[in-house]
Amino acid sequence: MSDFPRINPMGERGILIEFQPEISEKLLEKLLFYKNKIEDFYAEVNVEVISTYNSLLISYMFSIENLYSEISALEQLFGKAKIGKINNRQIFYLPVCYDEEFGWDLDLISREKKLSKERIIELHSQAVYTVYFIGFLPGFLYLGGLDENLQISRKSQPRAAIEKGAVGIGENQTGIYPKSSPGGWQILGNCPVPLFDKNSDPPCEVSAGDKVKFFSVSREEFKEISTQVSKGKFQLKKENYEG
Amino acid sequence: MRAEVEVLLPGLFSTIQDFGRRGYQRYGVPLSGVMDRIALKTANLILQNQADAAVMEITQMGPKLKFNAATKIAISGAFLSPKLNDREIENNTVIKISEDDILSFGKPVCGIRAYLAIANGFKTDKVLGSRSWYADLTKVDRLEKKMKLPYEASKAEKYETYAAIKFDKTYLNSEEIEVFPGPEFRALPETLKSHLRQSSFSIDQKSNRMAIQLTEVLGNQLDPIITGPVLPGTVQLTPGGKLIVLMRDCQTTGGYPRVLQLSERGINMMAQKKTGDRIKFLFKI
Repeated sequence: MSDFPRINPMGERGILIEFQPEISEKLLEKLLFYKNKIEDFYAEVNVEVISTYNSLLISYMFSIENLYSEISALEQLFGKAKIGKINNRQIFYLPVCYDEEFGWDLDLISREKKLSKERIIELHSQAVYTVYFIGFLPGFLYLGGLDENLQISRKSQPRAAIEKGAVGIGENQTGIYPKSSPGGWQILGNCPVPLFDKNSDPPCEVSAGDKVKFFSVSREEFKEISTQVSKGKFQLKKENYEG
Repeated sequence: MRAEVEVLLPGLFSTIQDFGRRGYQRYGVPLSGVMDRIALKTANLILQNQADAAVMEITQMGPKLKFNAATKIAISGAFLSPKLNDREIENNTVIKISEDDILSFGKPVCGIRAYLAIANGFKTDKVLGSRSWYADLTKVDRLEKKMKLPYEASKAEKYETYAAIKFDKTYLNSEEIEVFPGPEFRALPETLKSHLRQSSFSIDQKSNRMAIQLTEVLGNQLDPIITGPVLPGTVQLTPGGKLIVLMRDCQTTGGYPRVLQLSERGINMMAQKKTGDRIKFLFKI
């Protein structure tokens, strides 16, 4: 018998459901399947379900009245469910300018990984990345699927300021800084399309389980896209994803 | 004329807050909202406001504010020696405000966060369903000089009769913070578990609405976890062996072991602690 999932209270307003400590597409599918089940189950109640790599957190607006009946109801839900495919997944195509103006660490990556800059860009933009979840900062995507040849350690001295939209690599992760902030990732380009808009609801089009693919754009195209974004005219390219 | 509070002096750090943003944690948006919910509820109850009407959260050194229209206010939470036009006033009672009245604060006497409620709440902008200020989401993230905060001017009659609210102040001074074991508690060595149960800890100056650090360095540590969900009240153990109590503006996920989880009351109590205050964890299980 598997010990997972483990269902435990997290304070008075949360129930944490933990699966085996791993990062995999298979576990992601399972999590998102259960997440939907839980949301259906709680349709009438004010709760929010947050998924990460291997956990779901049910976050309640108010203190949970009867924790044990709540947990046993959830256990039944997990006992019954047969895992199906996640529907409605989308793939988003995000422009990245890998020009040296933005790719501050391309030279360094090139030296350390013994790859030409062209090859780095090719490896980074040909992969299809999986959005495991969004966290850390509003609109920050936790992406899986970075090519092993591009994995590189973080800077020992983080930079004081990394630009909004900077695309970086840290160990086996790649991602986009949603706002300018200090950071230790190796920077290889910039994405001119913000993924978080506080004036839209939902504020982020991308959800856990979706896919992301980068494509290389020139400086001129970067400027053109930035202008369209600022005028609110840029259309993010996306398609249904049949994985 | 628009009813507005004008900020004559901003004080140390004040923000507008309500119960916070629900439904956006999945996009990485912090819950935010008042640090001390007991005080928010009390202040709004006194004015017969909606429970989640927006209030001003005032930290330690309060602002100087001028009202340009009649209304009612109530202050709850910390006692920061409030004055109305140089007359000392009380917390936890209805205060009538006339046009051009000036509210100011003095010495912090008890607790560090006071809550100023106003009839029907402050009417600053809502972003993603909440008026709580948070850098990057709202236009401003703290009170600044000359700022003007809208409210609804209200006639006095509604408040002619009201019952005094009994406010239990004990939570402002109590050293005992209620906690539950966190998800990684059981992985701790026994010595550290009993250390958490028995020792007292002090509040570090590196503390804000995101997190309150504790000064003591614990001898032992766990490996980082696979990044997982955190909540206000989650107590993390850093690689350096320090404890961090996450508060209302905390990130939605984190990679440090989550050794404790504060009760709701525990979070409210923590919100009132200042640098150097000592606390003990009171395990509820």
